[in-house]
Amino acid sequence: MLNLSIAEALDALAARKFSAVELTDAHIAAVEALNPRLNAFITVTADLAREQAKAADAARHAGDAPALSGIPIAMKDLFCTEGVRTTAGSKILSPFVPPYESTVSAKLKAAGAVMLGKANLDEFAMGSSNITSAYGVVENPWQREDGAKLVPGGSSGGSAAAVAARMAMGATGTDTGGSIRQPASFTGIAGIKPTYGRCSRFGIVAFASSLDQAGPMARTVEDCAILLGAMSGFDARDSTSADQPVPDFRAACAHGVKGLRIGIPSEYRVDGMAPEIEKLWQAGIDWLKRAGAEIVDVSLPHTKYGLPVYYIVAPAEASSNLARYDGVRFGARVEGEDLIDLYERTRAAGFGAEVKRRIMIGTYVLSAGYYDAYYLRAQKVRALMLRDFNEAFAKVDAILTPTAPSAAFAIGEKMDDPVTMYLNDVFTVPSNLAGVPAMSVPAGLDARGLPLGLQVIGRHFDEETVFAVAGALERAAGFTALPSVCAGAKS
Amino acid sequence: MSYTIEGATGPWELVIGLEVHAQVISKSKLFSGAATDFGSEPNTQVSFVDAGFPGMLPVINRECVAQAVRTGLGLNARINLVSRFDRKNYFYADLPQGYQISQYEHPIVGMGTIDIELESGETRSIGITRLHLEQDAGKSMHDQHATKSLIDLNRSGVALMEIVSEPDLRTPEEAGAYIRKLRTILRYLGTCDGNMDEGSMRADVNVSVRKAGEDFRTRCEIKNVNSIRFVMQAIEAEARRQVDIWESGGEVRQETRLFDPARGETRSMRSKEDAHDYRYFPEPDLLPLVLDEAWIATLKTQLPELPDEKRARLMHEFGLSAYESAIFVMEQVTADFFETVAKGRDAKQVANWMLGDFFAALNRTGRSIENSPVSAADLGALLDLISDSTINGKIAKEVLEIMVETGETPDAIVEARGLRQVTDTGAIDAAIDRVVAANPDKLAEYKSGKDKLFGFFVGQVMKAMAGKGNPALVNEALKAKIGAPAG
Amino acid sequence: MSLDPATVRRIAKLARIRLDDDEVPRLEGELNAILGYVEQLSEVDVEGVQPLSGGAQMAMRLREDAVTDGGYPEKILANAPDRIGNFFAVPKVVE
Repeated sequence: MLNLSIAEALDALAARKFSAVELTDAHIAAVEALNPRLNAFITVTADLAREQAKAADAARHAGDAPALSGIPIAMKDLFCTEGVRTTAGSKILSPFVPPYESTVSAKLKAAGAVMLGKANLDEFAMGSSNITSAYGVVENPWQREDGAKLVPGGSSGGSAAAVAARMAMGATGTDTGGSIRQPASFTGIAGIKPTYGRCSRFGIVAFASSLDQAGPMARTVEDCAILLGAMSGFDARDSTSADQPVPDFRAACAHGVKGLRIGIPSEYRVDGMAPEIEKLWQAGIDWLKRAGAEIVDVSLPHTKYGLPVYYIVAPAEASSNLARYDGVRFGARVEGEDLIDLYERTRAAGFGAEVKRRIMIGTYVLSAGYYDAYYLRAQKVRALMLRDFNEAFAKVDAILTPTAPSAAFAIGEKMDDPVTMYLNDVFTVPSNLAGVPAMSVPAGLDARGLPLGLQVIGRHFDEETVFAVAGALERAAGFTALPSVCAGAKS
Repeated sequence: MSYTIEGATGPWELVIGLEVHAQVISKSKLFSGAATDFGSEPNTQVSFVDAGFPGMLPVINRECVAQAVRTGLGLNARINLVSRFDRKNYFYADLPQGYQISQYEHPIVGMGTIDIELESGETRSIGITRLHLEQDAGKSMHDQHATKSLIDLNRSGVALMEIVSEPDLRTPEEAGAYIRKLRTILRYLGTCDGNMDEGSMRADVNVSVRKAGEDFRTRCEIKNVNSIRFVMQAIEAEARRQVDIWESGGEVRQETRLFDPARGETRSMRSKEDAHDYRYFPEPDLLPLVLDEAWIATLKTQLPELPDEKRARLMHEFGLSAYESAIFVMEQVTADFFETVAKGRDAKQVANWMLGDFFAALNRTGRSIENSPVSAADLGALLDLISDSTINGKIAKEVLEIMVETGETPDAIVEARGLRQVTDTGAIDAAIDRVVAANPDKLAEYKSGKDKLFGFFVGQVMKAMAGKGNPALVNEALKAKIGAPAG
Repeated sequence: MSLDPATVRRIAKLARIRLDDDEVPRLEGELNAILGYVEQLSEVDVEGVQPLSGGAQMAMRLREDAVTDGGYPEKILANAPDRIGNFFAVPKVVE
């Protein structure tokens, strides 16, 4: 049961092969068994999940089963959930119980999804390894031959680990610079960051408003399509939400790539990229060619500036977005002798090192005398990056690249210097800056048995083509490997 | 006449610029659907957006945008078809998000002007630099608890228009006239109620001093002054302080200050000491505000007649003086009242009655035009009773008093109290006979040439008739009886 | 451009984050590494380029002016670390 895809489980539920309660109980058991080790969930909501599963069974009985009725999922702990503690992976929100529900989680609830719990993440989604969570590191269910414990990637590392280890059938993630795609790649699952504006940001704890976008993570491309269908749609409560029709993403997965032009950007061949990744990328190119796509060389000349732009824009917005955590209206407070002292103590104790670092950088690049040199210049380069994509998409229908420059690394590696850690996002950041949709598909294993993903980037609001290409890659890759820590492995 | 402050080194000129924060009239807040009513229970008009909760996002209110456009049109200002919102970052207990959403580089309204009238009768044109939309902060109360400040977020997120003047003002009087005129325009437009007591209009005052012919010197900003009188006092106090500093060889430091009305002085604002680096950047939760020219044109056609136009029209159409029209246009309801009464009547007489007895009566009873017990129709009816000789002017004043007291119509009062003027010459003659008979000595004096006594006889006759005699007829009949005065 | 310890302190003050003295040198190093890394943007020719600030390329929708929210002070105050009656409470502020 735990190895089923969402699509298969929906069919089985419809055929009454098992009930939503049985499916949910199996996943709760998996969570209880594996979470103490993997730490994928900050909060487990087993009782709520059983209740929702019961309701899903009743609805199905009444002949009214919505799209995700009875499917147990993990909710990244960045989505505010009414009555369920929402921490954003930060100590500063440890006592916070939202009196409201995010639009995306509300839509999933309305679609009948069962919430197993709130998934661990890098603090305020700032990280590529999940080590910055105030609630402990998440362990990647995949293991390296040397036995080192690996990071699941980040920031949606808890979501990725939960899905990969079969604790949940799918999960929500958010992606500001790669936070869905990089952990998907690190854990051998699929994940899509849709077009900016496709999913409402209402009720999602903000990291960098102009980049943040929610998306699904699941074990198959089709499952991501099913989840995204339920998560997306116009929301009047988010001014940046796009009033666009939601197409049939699921149908798009089977469209194939015959006649599509796929762009290969030379600028993604970066120094120091593992040869295995290079090889996998070439395999992806061959698969798509064989499936009938035309391969076209494209140029995204400003790619190398993506990370520096990102590490100005994202911290700048974050420094402002995180100003509201001041110990006055919600969250943790450390008393002080006056208001300023209270602020300073509250924020010093409430934020972890990486969050503080980014707030400081963001504050600095916006401060008097430095705005033009840093923030304004970064915005101009960002405009050039968008132009690069627009020019490429005049020639091709989608772009194929690796998702990350490496496979999952061990907890403790790459920790000495923030910049080394930031390099993880080199391939994923450009699509956030341009607002275009991008998906990671598990495509193979490296020499040490670790999963690697390929990334498909599409035009604004053309997730259908992304799903079509991703579907073709998935079929060609035939990725079936299982992580070593996996609930469904023996069942 | 130029206004200067006399220092030890001679006269100093003042340079004043005003930033007026005007609360926009709208049902709901600028970026949330919470209500904006004044004086509600604490934190009852607060949405999660206004309280800066995690994941909350702003969505802009169309009416607030329309109000800003109307105001821009009313200030003869340029409306910017594309404007943007920025975040102004600072920490304060009543600023829930840790930033204020404002418009920094690209305001919705650009350059405009306001004409102000001074007591000397002179008119000056004051430049408007810009008008932008921003959200208000909540309210901190520092005097309710021994060790704590209390925060109410009801006002948090209410739309404000910040209207920035050029540093064109030179005297406290001009600053006062500017705010009064601005308030009048906003009230005409219906974009702000101008109520300074409730904080719906507040001014930040920028003051510097200089010697004639010099460039600008360092200015100080006096924050949140909440009455016109205090604005004028604060300017004077701050200018004197700066003159003293310059003259004692010091240097005025650019800073934010507060006006203390009790002491009549300004003082440095501690809480703003390090708030000069606001780290403005484009608000990523909002998109550019793009206005449709046709929409602006529609708003323009719906604008009411504004004070300056109205004043010109009242002078032209009704022959009012500059002074009379200026008073009437100060409040739209007053001008409307005047026009209603003056329609089809002697406008000069209407103006005299309103500016004289009517306003006096309102003042005395603590009423204003808005809640006047006498309607325009009733005041008109009263004047009609004079015109058609039903009552005389003196009785009319009495009738007006009763109208103010009781709210009754003039006709009812005249009828019920028998105040109708007596035009029956028989009754008049009889009264004259009685008066003449009672005053043989006065009559003799009159006959001997003391012409002044004619007025005495008129008065006595009117008194005998309880004031109701038609003055013209009484005059005629008295002349016939005792002879016209010689002079 | 590079940060000195005084600037690190000033930025921390602006960001309202209390720093212990021993944190300053570490942060100084880390922040300078990041600033050094982003320095490469100065080589890009951005002459005449309009800055791109948002993720979405569209004009803003305007909502109708109606009271649709608020009226739940208990929910607003439910998470407050300190409250007095229906007010949030903070240490007394001297203006």
